[in-house]
Amino acid sequence: MKFPFVSLKGLDKRFAGHHAVRGIDLDIAAGEFIAIMGPSGCGKSTTLRMIAGLDEPTAGELWIGGRNMRGIPAFQRETPMVWQSLALFPFLTVAENVEFPLRRKKLGADASRKRAGEWLERMGLGGMGDRTVSQLSGGQRQRVALARALVTEPSILLLDEPLSALDTHLRMRMQTELARLHRELRITFVYVTHAQSEAFALADRMVIMSDGLIQQTGRPQDVYRAPVNAFVANFIGTNNLVNGKVRAMAGGQVELDSPIGAFTVPAAASALTAGDKVSFVIAADRIALAGESAGDTASGHARLHGTVLGLEFVGSTQTVFIEVPGSETEFRVQKQQHEIESLGLAPGQRVQLSWNPQHAWVLPQAA
Amino acid sequence: MTAATPALVVDDDMAARQRRTRLSRLAQYGFLALLFAFMATPMLVVVVFSFDANRFPAIPWGGFSLKWHRAVLEDGMIADAFLNSLKVGFGTAVISTVLGFAAAYIDYRWRFRGQSAFVLLVAMPPAVPVTILGMAMLAFLSRIGLFGTVEAIMACHVVLATSFAMALIRLRLGELGPEVEQAAWNLGASPSVAVLLIVVPFCKPALIASFFLSAAVSFDEFMIAWFVGGVHETLPVRILNLLQGQVNPKINAIGTLVLVVSITLVLLAQRFMRVRTGQPTATA
Repeated sequence: MKFPFVSLKGLDKRFAGHHAVRGIDLDIAAGEFIAIMGPSGCGKSTTLRMIAGLDEPTAGELWIGGRNMRGIPAFQRETPMVWQSLALFPFLTVAENVEFPLRRKKLGADASRKRAGEWLERMGLGGMGDRTVSQLSGGQRQRVALARALVTEPSILLLDEPLSALDTHLRMRMQTELARLHRELRITFVYVTHAQSEAFALADRMVIMSDGLIQQTGRPQDVYRAPVNAFVANFIGTNNLVNGKVRAMAGGQVELDSPIGAFTVPAAASALTAGDKVSFVIAADRIALAGESAGDTASGHARLHGTVLGLEFVGSTQTVFIEVPGSETEFRVQKQQHEIESLGLAPGQRVQLSWNPQHAWVLPQAA
Repeated sequence: MTAATPALVVDDDMAARQRRTRLSRLAQYGFLALLFAFMATPMLVVVVFSFDANRFPAIPWGGFSLKWHRAVLEDGMIADAFLNSLKVGFGTAVISTVLGFAAAYIDYRWRFRGQSAFVLLVAMPPAVPVTILGMAMLAFLSRIGLFGTVEAIMACHVVLATSFAMALIRLRLGELGPEVEQAAWNLGASPSVAVLLIVVPFCKPALIASFFLSAAVSFDEFMIAWFVGGVHETLPVRILNLLQGQVNPKINAIGTLVLVVSITLVLLAQRFMRVRTGQPTATA
């Protein structure tokens, strides 16, 4: 990235008795839709609040649009935010809420009213300007919050779990709305969420955080395909993670022992020695299933046996949960509906799992 | 009714239960009525006899008359005392509300060492016996040369009323999600503008309520006013001085006056404390 619009350099935040963000580096390009993800307490919201100037970094630098933001208070930053709680002003009308940021910029009453009106129209709230916030539905309030944040035409929009408080149906609609807004406005969106589906659907790039550190940054499909460590693999959740110990290294391959057997996994250029703790990943949609009595699979493929625990319907595919003796967690295997039917899978059934070892890869523990 | 015998038995049962509930409810209302009667009768007696033509409250009634009310209005000392009470009450209401808001906002907005001590300090005065409070204030005020002024009474009443004002306003602030104020900063309002445009309007019902409540606290307060007022009498002090001289039928008329003012203030305070609840605060 030649000229990042937002640049975090060794950004660090300590609260009393809690090290929330541990010196992270991140560049965000102008117009990028970036999703920051992680479990609660990973530091993602604190990072967003530091960008907005609501929390002052303990150390490190924050640059926005080529300006060092140290010492610049929140109200001078022009980094509007949409909150999970929406934080609308309860005693003002819808129009007054949207006019609020314009009036702070000393725009006249008439001009403000006109601009706010245009944005309400744009967000499908035409004619609702005189209502109080309490008279609106959840989805309408969400749109008021978006209009209020965007009415000053900022070059960045911060979103802190904006959709988590909505029901599924509304969440899907707002997701579409956000994608449309980003497409039309072409401004930078920094989106904090713990919901993978939102990040996958919306983001150009995602940042996975844990324990105050960035674990991985990349396009959603890359993070999904190639998590860089055991934490990310676990967090993404659609991958199967097997923990074990290195037995030997041979020709770019790791031979490892795990509670469910010995496996050989490619390990390009990793500095592992015998005895090291190591995990390997095999994606849920890379595992083949067959009846237990099925013959040998393709030569050299890894093989396991297990019992089907249950099936979970996820759109056009199903996730099959399989218990493998000795494994701490069940295996997940993702299959198309017709494959499930042709195998006649049902809970309690014994199956054989196999995969091409080339599709598995070795991971270090979390950063 | 098409019900067979068993159903009728059930009906009987229900009727009995309903009778019992009705009886119990009647007893509850009766008890409440007695309680209110017990509290209100003395006040009612005062009001009634203030319109009695007799010099001394006695039965039978001596006929309707406004002469004691007229006498009150013509009494220059009572008028002075009433004026003093108004001045002190208004000043106390304004200052207590402002200080109460400041204290409540400090407690709401920041976390600091000694915070609970700070809150306790503001909340404590009403818990101290007024006699002790009055004596302490008298000693202090005479040392700094403020003794015997209307302002001194006002200052002491502010100490007392600020506690109530803070409690009221803090309660309201608790309903304001911290993110609402931050959202105002985020949208370009400096912290002081945010307080002015967001926090104060949000607290408006509590501010008005605390204004009237503080005025009522001051208007009814006798002990401190008596201690520190010197020659400046507030209405309650005047009443006591009247009583000490001789039994004066004007007392009932003044009592009626004070009652009307106090009840009005408390009702006004209550009217504004009843915050519109249909409106969820933005903390949801």
